[in-house]
Amino acid sequence: MASAPASAGQPKARVASPLRRPLDRALLGGVCAGLAERMGVEVLVVRVMAVMAATVGGLGVAAYALAWALIPASPGSARSRRPGAWRQAPLIVLTVAALFAGVHLAGSHVGEGLWPLVLGACGLALLWRPAVADDGSLRSGRPTLRDYLNRPAQVGAPRLIAGGLFVAFGAAALLHAVGVQHSLGKAIWAVAIIGLVVGLVVGPWVMRMGSSLSFERAARIREQERAEVAAHLHDSVLQTLALIQKRAGDPREVAGLARRQERELRSWLLKRPGDAEQASVTGALERAAAEVEELHGVPIEVVTVGDTPLNGGLEAVVQAAREAMTNAAKFAGSERVDLYAEVEEERVEVFVRDRGVGFDLDAIPADRRGVRDSIIARMERHNGRAAVKSSPGEGTEVELVMERAAST
Amino acid sequence: MSDRPRVVIVDDHHLFRSGVRAELGGELEVVGDAGTVEDAVALIREQRPDVVLLDVHMPDGGGVEVIARMSEECQDLRFLALSVSDAAEDVIAVIRAGARGYVTKTISGTELAEAVRRVAGGDAVFSPRLAGFVLDAFAQDAGANGPDAGRQAAEELELDQLTPREREVLRHIARGYMYKEVAQSLGISVKTVEAHVSAVLRKLQLSSRHELSRWAVQRRLVSLDGP
Repeated sequence: MASAPASAGQPKARVASPLRRPLDRALLGGVCAGLAERMGVEVLVVRVMAVMAATVGGLGVAAYALAWALIPASPGSARSRRPGAWRQAPLIVLTVAALFAGVHLAGSHVGEGLWPLVLGACGLALLWRPAVADDGSLRSGRPTLRDYLNRPAQVGAPRLIAGGLFVAFGAAALLHAVGVQHSLGKAIWAVAIIGLVVGLVVGPWVMRMGSSLSFERAARIREQERAEVAAHLHDSVLQTLALIQKRAGDPREVAGLARRQERELRSWLLKRPGDAEQASVTGALERAAAEVEELHGVPIEVVTVGDTPLNGGLEAVVQAAREAMTNAAKFAGSERVDLYAEVEEERVEVFVRDRGVGFDLDAIPADRRGVRDSIIARMERHNGRAAVKSSPGEGTEVELVMERAAST
Repeated sequence: MSDRPRVVIVDDHHLFRSGVRAELGGELEVVGDAGTVEDAVALIREQRPDVVLLDVHMPDGGGVEVIARMSEECQDLRFLALSVSDAAEDVIAVIRAGARGYVTKTISGTELAEAVRRVAGGDAVFSPRLAGFVLDAFAQDAGANGPDAGRQAAEELELDQLTPREREVLRHIARGYMYKEVAQSLGISVKTVEAHVSAVLRKLQLSSRHELSRWAVQRRLVSLDGP
């Protein structure tokens, strides 16, 4: 049995450091290492004593198993367990112990009251262990039965079966040792009745405790959600309302503020993740519309059908649409601008329409390049096309079409 | 139908009710407003209005509930949904319950009065947003129904799809065209445009398939995998 190197530098100051099982120094469960650390003695000494105790009637094994079950692993050490076959050691040792016990029971009657207890303790160790300390995220503090009850799913099926068998064998052996096997039927009845009575007496209380626990949890979750909503409203709506009160004299700005807040609140309510907005066509169009709306104070009504991820050609569509919206908001003098985008299997179409003053496309001076360069030429560069329909007094509609096969 | 239809406003926001009242007062006859489903039902029974302006979202069941309770009783009562809601499934639900149209609350007073008159006259009123929702819904359905279309009865199939002309009309409305402009652009009469829109509304209300509601649910989960 090799002494663990880490124990060489044990701190002499024994300020009530709690009893823990350092799994990184464990041979089996780390009980001996933990005890040695706590008591400030060489781990080898403790181990020799433990082995000696184990050979005396099995009491040492039972004590070890119980300690294993009840002492939590030291924090952080669980992940750095000793590698290799030692992980299986507990099962092997316990099985050997059980066989040992079985032989004893069949043969002599030495210590016959003790071995059932050993078996039972081994079984409990198997059952409780995984729940209380196998995961590295264990809270510090003593694991309780409730930890086990709260997280029963963490007990693997093999452990569950093995542990259950151990406990059952232990119980049977105990009955045998006490010599009640002849009146076993009556005993079972007695136990069942006592169990029923105890269950009736204690059951409601246990259930109430359980339900009040879950009620508390639900209340806590609700409270968290409420706090989140409150925080959001405070950061957004309340700020905007304060701003609106300050700027009450400027109707245009107030309308803009209200619009922006509305949009922001909507996207929050509909849970559109912000990053996805940039990556999809409709998301990008909505963002562009929002920016133009903010810049020029003209509301833009966005209606979209279908969606698809952005690519180079579609980004050009978004840019062109943005330019068209900007023109409409800046020059048309329209009360509102409509943007309609439809993503179909073969093509993406975007329409930007206003009811403003309109213009004669041919009459635009050659040096005003906005429409021709930013919209028409941009679409053509990406194998799309753009059409501008406008006549003075009737408003303007810009139509952008991009075949999806052509846009990569 | 008179030029000044009698209107009841149902909305749980008091400020909003009085705002709409003030806006419509000059052009229509607002005979009352109500803030809850119960009040609305009582008011409608008492006043027998031509049109009920209905909020989609109300605490006790909303517009759908009011329509469900009144449409049997008052056969010629018309409903127009008015909402800030962007959620397609809510809007479609109110239309399917029997509302003759849907407009957003950002609509101007004049436009709203015009929409009410249109509904009072028996026409359907589609805002651009509603047109978009409907196009979206039927586009999805066409794809979903493609393979097993042969197994469906012809009549049902007809309800399940929009004719190319109806689609074209809806697309124009989604683009922000008014009925008159749609008619001009497509070279048809305003009456024909109205007929198409009413046909779409009927399809929306009558098609019994569950795809429509499934679409509405899916719409919340729109992914970036494309349509």
